[in-house]
Amino acid sequence: MTDATFTGGKEPAKHGLLTLDARTKKRNASEKRFRIYGLAAIGAGVFFLVVLLTAIVSNGIGAFQQTFIEVPVYLEEAKLDKTGNRDPAEMAKVSTFGYSPLIQNALWKVIVDSGAETEFEEGKDIKEMISASAAAKVRDWVLANPDRVGETVDFQILASSRVDGYLKGRVSRESIAQDKNIAAGHLDLVDVLREQGVVHKSFNWDFITGADASESRAEQAGLGVSMLGSLFMMITVLLLALPIGVAASIYLEEFAPTNRFTDFIEVNISNLAAVPSIVFGILGLAAFIQFAHLPQSAPLVGGLTLTLMTLPTIVISTRAALKAVPPSIRDAALGVGASKMQATFHHVLPLAMPGILTGTIIGLAQALGETAPLLLIGMVGYIATNYPEGVFSGFLSPNSAMPAQIYEWAKRADPAYYERAWGGIIVLLLFLLAMNLIAIVLRRKFERRW
Amino acid sequence: MPVLWLILIVLALAFAGFVAGRARAISGAGDDRRALHSLPNYYGWNVAMKVMVPAFLVLILWLIAQPFIVNTKATGLLSETAVPEGSTLGLVMSDVRRVADGLDLVVDRGLLSAAEASDLTAGASDIRATLGNAGVAVGSEITPEVLAAAQSYRATNATGNLLRSIVVIGLALVGGGLALAQTKPDFRARNSVERGIRAILVAAASLAILTTIGIVLSLVFNTIEFFRIYPASEFFGSFTWSPSFGGGSQLGIWPLLWGTLYISLIALLVSVPIGLFAAVYLSEYAGPKLRAVAKPALELLAGIPTIVYGLFALLTVGPLLLSVFGRDGLNWMQAGTAVMTAGLVMGIMLIPFVSSLSDDIINAVPQSLRDGSYGLGATKSETIKQVILPAALPGIVGAVLLAASRAIGETMIVVMGAGAAARLSLNPFDAMTTVTAKIVSQLTGDADFASPEALVAFALGMTLFVMTLGLNVFALYIVRKYREQYD
Repeated sequence: MTDATFTGGKEPAKHGLLTLDARTKKRNASEKRFRIYGLAAIGAGVFFLVVLLTAIVSNGIGAFQQTFIEVPVYLEEAKLDKTGNRDPAEMAKVSTFGYSPLIQNALWKVIVDSGAETEFEEGKDIKEMISASAAAKVRDWVLANPDRVGETVDFQILASSRVDGYLKGRVSRESIAQDKNIAAGHLDLVDVLREQGVVHKSFNWDFITGADASESRAEQAGLGVSMLGSLFMMITVLLLALPIGVAASIYLEEFAPTNRFTDFIEVNISNLAAVPSIVFGILGLAAFIQFAHLPQSAPLVGGLTLTLMTLPTIVISTRAALKAVPPSIRDAALGVGASKMQATFHHVLPLAMPGILTGTIIGLAQALGETAPLLLIGMVGYIATNYPEGVFSGFLSPNSAMPAQIYEWAKRADPAYYERAWGGIIVLLLFLLAMNLIAIVLRRKFERRW
Repeated sequence: MPVLWLILIVLALAFAGFVAGRARAISGAGDDRRALHSLPNYYGWNVAMKVMVPAFLVLILWLIAQPFIVNTKATGLLSETAVPEGSTLGLVMSDVRRVADGLDLVVDRGLLSAAEASDLTAGASDIRATLGNAGVAVGSEITPEVLAAAQSYRATNATGNLLRSIVVIGLALVGGGLALAQTKPDFRARNSVERGIRAILVAAASLAILTTIGIVLSLVFNTIEFFRIYPASEFFGSFTWSPSFGGGSQLGIWPLLWGTLYISLIALLVSVPIGLFAAVYLSEYAGPKLRAVAKPALELLAGIPTIVYGLFALLTVGPLLLSVFGRDGLNWMQAGTAVMTAGLVMGIMLIPFVSSLSDDIINAVPQSLRDGSYGLGATKSETIKQVILPAALPGIVGAVLLAASRAIGETMIVVMGAGAAARLSLNPFDAMTTVTAKIVSQLTGDADFASPEALVAFALGMTLFVMTLGLNVFALYIVRKYREQYD
C-alpha cells in the first residue's frame, strides 16, 4: 500500500530532531527514572556501609578509653603484714577483703582533702566508685613489692563501670535513679574530682591485652585472652588447611584424570563451599567432641572445624592460581626431561605461590570472623579469664575466640559490655583489614601477567 | 608412651632412614652418581616415606579404634543392675571414664603408686577422697561395678598403649629395613616416591568427600536417634515449639520454618532490588571512576563478619525500629528483636552477594546483543529491560536462589536480632525464631546429648542441610539448563 492517499483532516504530528513528541519524552523520562533507580541502589548500598561503619566507630571507640582514679594508698603494715617480716608467702594470706578498706579510705581521704561537699560519711560509702578489681590489683602489686609496705604509694585504680559510663556520657543522673550500684551523690563527687584531675580518662591497654572479667566488672574486661585463642585457632587452620588445600588442588588441577571420581570430588567441594557454617559446627561437635572426645572449647577443635570450613575456599583460589600458570612452563619443564611431578613442584607451584598465599590469607580472614560454628563447640559461655600456660595448653585448654568473646559480651545485661563488644569489633575489623591489605599487597607485588 | 613421643620417634627414624638410604645408594653405585637411576635424594626419600607412611597410618587407625575396643570391653563388665534408676548406660560409662582418668591422674601426681591404683577395691572407701585430692570430682558414689569397669578400662588402655608403641615402631623399622634392602643403583626410586606423593595428593583431595560423609553421618545418626525417642509425625506435624528440659516438650518444626522463611523473604526483598539495580547501573551506566569506588565499597559489605551484622541488628537497628514502630510510635512492635530487624540487616549483608553475582552475569551477555538493540533505536534502559535482563534471567534467578540459601543458613544475625520466641505470626514486627537460632540454643545449653531437646538440633540441622543443598543444586540446574550459548 505504498500509494495510500491522505484522507484524515488532521496534520500528522511533527517529527524532528529538535522537537520531541510525547512518546519520545515518555521514553526519555523512563530512561532517566531507570538511571535514578540504579544510582539510588548504589547510594543505598554505600549508605548502609557508612551507617554500619559509623555505628561501629562511634559506639566502640569509647572502649579504648577507661576512667582511672589516682589514689595515694597507705599500705598499712598492721593490716597487710602482721608479723612484719615481709614474707610474701605469709602476706598472701591477706585476701582482697583486707585491701578494699585501705583503698576506700585512701579515696575518702582524697575526697575530704578536695573539700567537696557530700552526704557520705566514710570510706565504705564510696566503694561504688571503685572497680571491684582494684583490691586485687593493689594486692598483686604489694605481693610483688613487699618492701614498700608501710609507705604511701600512688595507684591508678580503675573506676567502676558506672563512673566510667558517666564520664563517657552513657550514664546520667536520670538513668541511675533505679540503680543500686551507684547514687547521684557519687556522680557529684566524680564531678569535683574530675576537675582536680584525680579522675581522668586515659588509653586502656588492658582492653586489648587483658582477660575477660565476670559479669559485674565490665571495666576490667579485655580481649587479650580470646585473641590468643583466635591466634591458636588460626595457626591450626593455617598448618592444616594450607598443605591439604594445596595438595588437593594440585591433584585436581594437574593430575586428576577426567572420570567419575574426580567429578564427585569437584561436586563435593563446590557443595561444601555453600554449606551454612553452622552445619560445620554440628560436624565439629559430632565428630571431634562426641566421637573423638577432644576437649570442649579448645582452640584445637575450633581450628579443626574452621579448617574443614575454609578448605573449599582455599582449594578454589589455589586452583585458580594454578590455572593461571601458562602451559608453556609445564611443557618446557617436561621438554628438558623433568617428570610430571618435578614440573609441578619445581616450576608450576612456585609460580602459583603468590596467588595461593593470597587465597589462603583471605580464607583465614574469613575463618577469623566466623562465629556460628564456635557457638556449638562450646567456645561461647566459657569465661576466658586465664592466659594459656604454654603452647600445648594454648591448643588444648578451653579458651574463647575474638568473635565468640564479642558475642558473649553482647549477651550480657550491663550496657557497659555493649561498648566493649563494639570495641572488640573494631579490633577484629582491624585484623581483617590488615590481612586483606597483606593479600592485596602480595597480589600487586608478585602477580605476573603472562 | 604418649602419642607425641611416638610421632617424634617415627620422625627421627624417618630422618635416619633418609640419610642411610641416600648413603647406601651412593656407595652402591661406587660413588659414581651417574650409575644411579634417580637422584640420590630420591633414594633417601623412598626410605623415609616407607618408614613414615605405614607407621602413621596404623597410628591413626589405632587412635580411632582403641577407644571403641576399650569402651566395649568396659561396658561388657557393667550388668543391667549397675545402671541406676533414671540414669543411662552412657552416663554410667562417663563415670567409668572419669574414675579411670582420675586414677591415672592420681598416679601421675604420685599420690598412689601404680600398683596401689590398680589394686584398689571398692572396699577402700576413700577413692572419692583420693580422687578429690587430685582435683577430680566424681558426682555419684562409686559402686564396685563401676570401679571394676574403670580398672578394666585402665588395664585395656595400658595394654593398648603398649601394643600401639610396639606395633608402630616395629612397622617403621620393618618398612625402613625393606626400603633399605631395595636400595640398589638400578632401583627406580623416583617413580616409587612419585607414586607415594600422588597417593598423598589423592588422599588430600578425598578429604572433601570425607567431610561431606562426616556431615551426613553426624546428622543422620543423631537424627535417627532423635526420631527413636520423639515421633517424626509430631516433629513434622505439630505447630508448637515449646521445649522444656524437664520433659513433655513439643518440638514442631513449623514455627521455626516459618520464621526462617519470613526473615529470608524480607532479606531478599531488601537485597534483590538494591543488588540488582546496583549491578545493572555498575555494569551498564557507571563510568570507570564511579565503578572503581562503588564496587569495592559494596564488596566491603561482604567482607564484614556476620557477628558484626548481628551486633548491628541487636544494638542499632533494633532500637531504631523500636523508636519508630514501638510503644512511643505506631505500637506495632514490642521489643527490638524482631523479624524486621533481622531481615533488614540480613538484606544489607546480602546486597554485595546479589550484586557481584548479577554483575558477572550481566557482563557475560555479549556486546552484540546490546548493539543490535541500540541499532533498532531502543534506549539504554529499554535495552536493559527487554534484551539484557531476559538474556541474563537464568543467571539472576540462580543468584537469587543462592542468596536465599545464604539467608536460610545465616546464624549470627538471627541469633542476635530475631528473638527467641517461636511463633506463627504474620506481623513482621513480632519476634520470631529460626531453624539456625534454635540449633544454637538447643546445643549450647547444659542438656545432655541423649535428650530429645538436644537431639532435635540435629534434626533441624538435617532440615537446614537438605534445604540449602536443594536450593544450591536447583540454582545450578537452572543456570545450566537455561543458559544461553552465545558462541
